[in-house]
Amino acid sequence: MAEILLQTEGLKVSVEDKEILHGVDLQVKRGETHVLMGPNGAGKSTLGYALMGNPRYKVTDGSIFFEGKEITGESADKRAKAGMFLSFQNPLEVPGITLSSFIKSAMEQRQGSRIRLWDFKKELNKAMELLQMEESYGARDLNAGFSGGEKKKAEILQLLMLNPSLAILDETDSGLDVDAVRTVSRGVLEYQKEKKGGLIIITHNTRILESLPVDYTHILVDGKIVRTGDASLVEEINEKGFEEFLKA
Amino acid sequence: MEEKTYVDDIDRSVYDIKNEEKDGYRMKEGLTPEIVQQLSKEKKDPQWMQLFRLESLQIYNRMEVPDWGPSIEGLDMDHIATYVRPDTKMSTKWSEVPEEIKETFERLGIPQAERESLAGVGAQYDSELVYHNLKEEVAAQGVVYTDMESALTGEYADMVKKHFMKLVKPGDHKFAALHGAVWSGGSFVYVPPGVTVEIPLQSYFRLNAPGAGQFEHTLIIVDEGADLHFIEGCSAPKYNVANLHAGCVELYVKKNARLRYSTIENWSKNMYNLNTKRAVVEEGGKIEWVSGSFGSHVSYLYPMSILKGKGARAEFTGITFAGAGQNLDTGAKMVHSAPETTSYINTRSISKDGGVSTFRSSVVVGKEAKKSKAAVSCQSLMLDSHSRSDTIPAMDIRTKDADIGHEAKIGKISDEAVFYLMSRGLSEEEARAMIVRGFADNVSRELPLEYAVEMNNLIQLEMVGSIG
Ligand SMILES: Nc1ncnc2c1ncn2[C@@H]1O[C@H](COP(=O)(O)OP(=O)(O)O)[C@@H](O)[C@H]1O
Ligand SMILES: [Mg+2]
Repeated sequence: MAEILLQTEGLKVSVEDKEILHGVDLQVKRGETHVLMGPNGAGKSTLGYALMGNPRYKVTDGSIFFEGKEITGESADKRAKAGMFLSFQNPLEVPGITLSSFIKSAMEQRQGSRIRLWDFKKELNKAMELLQMEESYGARDLNAGFSGGEKKKAEILQLLMLNPSLAILDETDSGLDVDAVRTVSRGVLEYQKEKKGGLIIITHNTRILESLPVDYTHILVDGKIVRTGDASLVEEINEKGFEEFLKA
Repeated sequence: MEEKTYVDDIDRSVYDIKNEEKDGYRMKEGLTPEIVQQLSKEKKDPQWMQLFRLESLQIYNRMEVPDWGPSIEGLDMDHIATYVRPDTKMSTKWSEVPEEIKETFERLGIPQAERESLAGVGAQYDSELVYHNLKEEVAAQGVVYTDMESALTGEYADMVKKHFMKLVKPGDHKFAALHGAVWSGGSFVYVPPGVTVEIPLQSYFRLNAPGAGQFEHTLIIVDEGADLHFIEGCSAPKYNVANLHAGCVELYVKKNARLRYSTIENWSKNMYNLNTKRAVVEEGGKIEWVSGSFGSHVSYLYPMSILKGKGARAEFTGITFAGAGQNLDTGAKMVHSAPETTSYINTRSISKDGGVSTFRSSVVVGKEAKKSKAAVSCQSLMLDSHSRSDTIPAMDIRTKDADIGHEAKIGKISDEAVFYLMSRGLSEEEARAMIVRGFADNVSRELPLEYAVEMNNLIQLEMVGSIG
């Protein structure tokens, strides 16, 4: 039996004293790909933030385990170091820090030692090529002035470079054109093949899933997982939408 | 411990004897002509300089302390002589040097001998060799690069006399007058016409004899079509028991010449830094200021550029970092007094732990400065809610066709950005430091690599321990 990477038990999360998640149970094993779907405002991003440890999203009840250890109260950097990664729905702009130097220091922080510039560049260029990013992007300030698509590619670039054991992708495909979705999807597939880690893909879109094997699909409505199924559930939602769940 | 013994020995031999000698006038209040004369004699000034000092002293005694900026009440003006005499209480023991400063030396990797010199407990740090080699190298191009004292009597004595405190006059303000009376140390640079100095010249005044670095004078003349980058100061905190710094910098940029003047100042946190810096730029010339202000208890610092010739340009890129107990009042002044002149001010100020940082920009465009352009961009970052950052822009525009732009932004560190960086494995401290370093990028980008690294280390140091 595959090892359990992530497990939440009765997770309740509040933002600014308003409860958004009302008890979420989720289990992700190594090598599995989970898709999380749900209408806008259902709490998908909230779940991503809570899993990653955003202090604004307070866990009021329940717990989070990562690789068997409880991490409910851990800070985000500890979770990252343990092997978690969140691709942000809206990546933040940090002027004055170049994308490449940021990735390098993040890698160094995680592994606790310096990385030779030469080795780093080689690896970075390879990943950038896969994502069809021009080399010059590395020298641009982190997300500053990036287009929506560029920001998302930069997130996947970080995913490939940091190589976490669990990755949560929050609407990484939203707002991208067809080609960009395909490129991003290629990056995710590469991660899936290479790392064989766990994946939670939050999306509204089936295109990113076309070439990705999916193990489970969860439907989140009003802060609760209302249904869990296999890959075919994605198709069903794609055809019928969330109406059925909203009425319930 | 052997090291300790070594320090104590040096300590005695250099300071104690002198102290005994001068105890006679130690308790005199205020600054007297006798003290200034004595200083002048010790320094073997030419006659004109001695007179200059005495005249400056008269002006000093007449003028009032500025009352429009941060308070300088902690400066004991009645016992100003104690700030002036290099031997004053300088026989500090290494054990008495504030822990904070020792730590900074440690973290910046400053060699022990230099630490002791910077902390005022050791002998002059031996930088002579480096200095000498640099001098030789540029001398081959006809460049004069020497300390101010030797410049007064050397080959270029007339040139020095013609320019010394002509740009910053003793009558400009009380501390300029004080400087005129008691200045000591500093650098003189002359670059002949058409010469491009490839390597940045660096001043070593910080490593000079005890007390130096308090009233140092920098005079740089870049002749027609010449090009120079001069770097002053360093990121190591200079510790003085006497807590006043009133230096003066005068920069002359001749026709079509270019001068880049970079400083990172990091005074110890008890220091009153009342520094005056000014440049005059002739036709087609360019001055570029790159300035990092760290440390000190109170700072007044507003480098001024006078654009005197047609098409002259000035750029000021600066950063000010005010932490606990610091009130740093900085800025830049641009005076356009010829047609088609251009100026650009680009600054960042950071405040944390209750620090106050005020940025004053002043742009004056005279009637004769037709078709001139000026742009000001100031950004402030407050790292917590009890710190303050203000920008005070002033503009005096007297032509109709001037092209003027102004932009000011005040911001806080975004918690979401901190979380974003942390989600990639950076600690909270490191994430915040990274955001601040990025904010300071306008300056670090302009500095030579080793200085940029030093400045980033300094920011890192200032940020450490800022999380409660
Ligand atoms: N930072 C926040 N401040 C206030 N309300 C928030 C914040 N983040 C999310 N919410 C609220 O939580 C609910 C769920 O939002 P979110 O998790 O972003 O949904 P989804 O990602 O499924 O669209 C919404 O009602 C939203 O307004
Ligand atoms: Mg969302």
